[in-house]
Amino acid sequence: MASMRDIKRRRGSVQSTQQITKAMKLVSTVKLQKAKQRAEETTNYFDAMYNTVQNMLAKSGNINHPYLNPSDSNKKLIIMITSNKGLAGGYNSNIVKLITQGGFKKEEVMISAIGKKGKEFMARAEYPIVADHCDMIDAPVYDDARLIAKEALDLFAKGEIGEIYLAYTHFKNTVSHIPTMIKLLPVEADGNREQSEDDKVPMNFEPKEEEALQLIIPTYITSLIYGGMLESVASENGARMQAMDSATSNAEEIIDKLTLQYNRARQGAITQELTEIIAGAQAIS
Amino acid sequence: MAEDRNFELEIITPDRVFYKGRATMVEFNTTEGEIGVYKNHIPTTVIIKPGVLTITSEEKKIAALHSGFATILQDKITILAEIIEWAAEIDEERALASKERAENRIREGHEATDMARAETSLLRAMARIKSKK
Repeated sequence: MASMRDIKRRRGSVQSTQQITKAMKLVSTVKLQKAKQRAEETTNYFDAMYNTVQNMLAKSGNINHPYLNPSDSNKKLIIMITSNKGLAGGYNSNIVKLITQGGFKKEEVMISAIGKKGKEFMARAEYPIVADHCDMIDAPVYDDARLIAKEALDLFAKGEIGEIYLAYTHFKNTVSHIPTMIKLLPVEADGNREQSEDDKVPMNFEPKEEEALQLIIPTYITSLIYGGMLESVASENGARMQAMDSATSNAEEIIDKLTLQYNRARQGAITQELTEIIAGAQAIS
Repeated sequence: MAEDRNFELEIITPDRVFYKGRATMVEFNTTEGEIGVYKNHIPTTVIIKPGVLTITSEEKKIAALHSGFATILQDKITILAEIIEWAAEIDEERALASKERAENRIREGHEATDMARAETSLLRAMARIKSKK
């Protein structure tokens, strides 16, 4: 049986770990509130944008534009959003798994990394990393998303890549975060989308469809990336909150167990001491 | 009774809903020139160029609208603005300074200068200044 001192020391160390996880949980709870609000505010813009683009595609069925057609290159750029910090449960590894087990051929994939954790993992797995925007995920702003979108579109325009994907964590609600992969380019009409009233109205475009698409698609992609970043930040904090919550309760369990052991050991020591004293007294008399 | 001449206007930016309400007319600048839109306009999607946005309802509201696009339906206009600011929020001195900077860059015309960017920032500065007046 472990000595009293050992048990006491171990309990102390678990206790201080618990204090840290408790504090981290509180911090991420606060951050989650903020991030959640921001993500929700973007939803308006994003939905309107999505509807407009789908609406355009639905109406202008047979327009020919490079953004709508697959190009010759078989390379795929994946914009990968993870976090800069760990201790968030499965948050980062879920995104990594999404890519490594997503049916992509390693030699066809290029990574544009937002978030250090994902970048480090992909670099270890020897995926080529073409862009590194890790500092942006700490405080995403719209201009950052525009930069990333421009970079990706430039590669696409040069013919170096044929498809662009976005891997992010969809923030469904506080407890449920879904790693998601969406295709940004070429843009496809969503077959599952319900036809709304607005879709039936014949729409004019000024300038003409092709030109309008040329201008709207980059904005559309920027907004997707921006929305993805905000949702990922919210998910990250949600995931960390959950991870730290379970770490705190696990620590609680261990502390309870150790306290029990400690008390037993103490009682054992007292009993032994008493037995010894009595035995000693009997020996004298 | 006169017909309701107001339509629904929504201006959304990536970070917030900038404006939501009813208006009689809205004016802004597009790639095809400045337009003013009343109710029952033919459905159109237009691309925005930097310029002044004027909302006419009971009172006039003025903002500087820099980029984005607008979907016009008969009784509803949605403007998806990447950048927009109320005239009251604009710092005129800063706008004047950036106008000068952009003009200089265009005039000097170094090879390294991104002309399209300089022009956009000039247009933006001008929109800001105009919205102040």
